[in-house]
Amino acid sequence: MQLLILAWKSLLNRRATALLTLLSISFSVLLLVGVERLRTEARESFANTISGTDLILGARSGTVQLLLYSVFHIGDATNNISWKSYQDIAAMPRVDWIIPIALGDSHRGFRVIGTDQSYFTHYRHGRNQSLTFARGGPFQDLYDVVVGAEVAKSLGYHLGDAVVVAHGASDVSFARHADKPFRVVGILERSGTPLDRALYVSLQAIEAIHVDWRNGGPPPPGQSIPAGQAREMDLTPRAITAALIGLKARIATFQVQRRINEYPEEPLTAILPGVALSQLWGLVGVAENALLLVSVCVVIVGLIGMLTALLSSLNERRREMAILRSVGARPAHVFALIMGEAFALTTTGALTGVALLYAVLFSTRQLIEYRFGIHLAQTGLSAHELMLLGLVLLAGLLVGILPSYRAYRLSLADGLSIRV
Amino acid sequence: MEGAVPKHAPGQSPDNVIRIRDLTFRWKLGMPQVLDLPSLVIDRGERIFIEGASGSGKSTLLSLLAGVILPERGEIQVLGERLDRLGSVQRDHFRAHHIGFVFQMFNLIPYLSVVENVLLPCRFSDQRRLRALRDADSLEAEALRLLRQLDMTDATLLRRPVTSLSVGQQQRVAAARALIGAPALLIADEPTSSLDSDRRESFIRLLFDECARAGSTLVFVSHDASLEPLFNRTLRLSEINRSAAARRAEG
Ligand SMILES: Nc1ncnc2c1ncn2[C@@H]1O[C@H](COP(=O)(O)OP(=O)(O)OP(=O)(O)O)[C@@H](O)[C@H]1O
Ligand SMILES: [Mg+2]
Repeated sequence: MQLLILAWKSLLNRRATALLTLLSISFSVLLLVGVERLRTEARESFANTISGTDLILGARSGTVQLLLYSVFHIGDATNNISWKSYQDIAAMPRVDWIIPIALGDSHRGFRVIGTDQSYFTHYRHGRNQSLTFARGGPFQDLYDVVVGAEVAKSLGYHLGDAVVVAHGASDVSFARHADKPFRVVGILERSGTPLDRALYVSLQAIEAIHVDWRNGGPPPPGQSIPAGQAREMDLTPRAITAALIGLKARIATFQVQRRINEYPEEPLTAILPGVALSQLWGLVGVAENALLLVSVCVVIVGLIGMLTALLSSLNERRREMAILRSVGARPAHVFALIMGEAFALTTTGALTGVALLYAVLFSTRQLIEYRFGIHLAQTGLSAHELMLLGLVLLAGLLVGILPSYRAYRLSLADGLSIRV
Repeated sequence: MEGAVPKHAPGQSPDNVIRIRDLTFRWKLGMPQVLDLPSLVIDRGERIFIEGASGSGKSTLLSLLAGVILPERGEIQVLGERLDRLGSVQRDHFRAHHIGFVFQMFNLIPYLSVVENVLLPCRFSDQRRLRALRDADSLEAEALRLLRQLDMTDATLLRRPVTSLSVGQQQRVAAARALIGAPALLIADEPTSSLDSDRRESFIRLLFDECARAGSTLVFVSHDASLEPLFNRTLRLSEINRSAAARRAEG
């Protein structure tokens, strides 16, 4: 204890260099734990995008691709599912609920999703949270649209605003369904998932806006059907893109999956969201690990900075060591003194780093949640983060051994003669 | 060993504070012999002046007396304890308990206050702490008493950073540190060489007074022969040291 106080006072005496060393250690710890925190939270919020869904149904395609377009609204389906197949699957006895998803239209860069009321009743994200409305409610009328929180915010939409949907992913004038505008009837609460970045209409609405289109192109002049007239027509969907399935009993998952994969009338795929998510995360994981590696390197650089500072301080401290030896300090004390300094530097560095992290988390939490949909929990340090900090402290002590041993050797060799 | 009252081998005077016999020392194997002392005896209460040219091995001798280094051959006995037979930890304890040391200059640890510097030996030795507390209520009081004896009375002086003190003031703080807890042996390695001649003499007189009060034996080293008359005995290293290197250093 005495020695630790001595080490601390000696450190204060060299506060300029000590502060710089401290700064480099705390920033490297901030980076390390910050990256780790972001990594786990990103993974968590990624996995939270969808929950409660047992199977995702799509035309035959890759697992990751199906997950991407059905849940993350990224990329396109190569094939559709016929309405008949969808109804067959929906009628399977083990199926509890099913959410149809029809993709293919967009609005100013945001996806338009054709679905039905089951989306609002059955879709779950996070820890079993369903969709909630910030304003208004689900679509009722044919030309009603519900918008995600991010859509409403970035486009400044309010209830009652008119929305024109465009065909395909790019919003260009000739492909707009300008003759059949929608009316905003609901704005979803922010969820921090891709849900925020989409618009929702009924399957019938998707059918209605395409009712006069031929071969994927706008109607020839004079043949377009006005919005009111379309209401009167048969708007039974012809096809959908994907469907989310909830089963009555989870235990039947593989059985239903096999039945779907072997569906005779059309090549279909059913995937387990959890499996697909972890496959996708495996792809992202490389970048994520690289990030962690870089922050580990930054910590190493910070510790090398401390090593340099300690080693270069030794020469000016040889006098101090001789004085301590003359009043009865053992070479082991001299060793412990430098060790204590390394310990004090790494410990305070790590603590300030963590404090900085919480300051940064607190001030940027909203920004990160809005921008990236990652919810940074204001929780204490996780076991894994504590382990990382423990490793940093251990590395700091290991780094301290070198200058401590050198000081020990010097104090043995110098004896009581003061050398400078 | 700690705390044991130094004992004396039969046939030796209990007044021998230091006994050296047939001692040789070299810093490293292959380096020239620095010391070759057939015999050196110093008695309790003596005030010894050891004189020698620069490089003749004065500081080396003091390091041997303080038990920081070990002789190559021969016996070295301090306060009845054979230092050459003690382990390094025991020698460190021995030094902490029984020896006060004053260097030539820069004696003080820059980041400690005056009083903290004076109390440093009490941090490493229980014996000296207990002895310091014997005639004072607290360690601080004893430190202040010693500083007062050494003419460091100004209270503002004590609050200043030690690096801002004059050299003479620093040396007096160092003397107070060496004297706290009344060590039996006070070793001073040219403590006055950076003082002017007036200050030099008054410093030495203060040191004498405090040594007498504490009952400490003083071994004082210098190459300044003009101080010699103040002491009750002078040892010329050139006369007692047979090593060739020392003769060369004497020219
Ligand atoms: N730590 C050391 N390692 C190696 N050699 C040393 C060491 N200390 C002293 N020496 C050598 O031992 C010899 C005696 O040195 P010492 O310091 O004892 O002389 P000194 O009489 O105290 O001189 P000065 O009056 O200049 O202080 C010198 O040749 C010196 O170079
Ligand atoms: Mg010397």
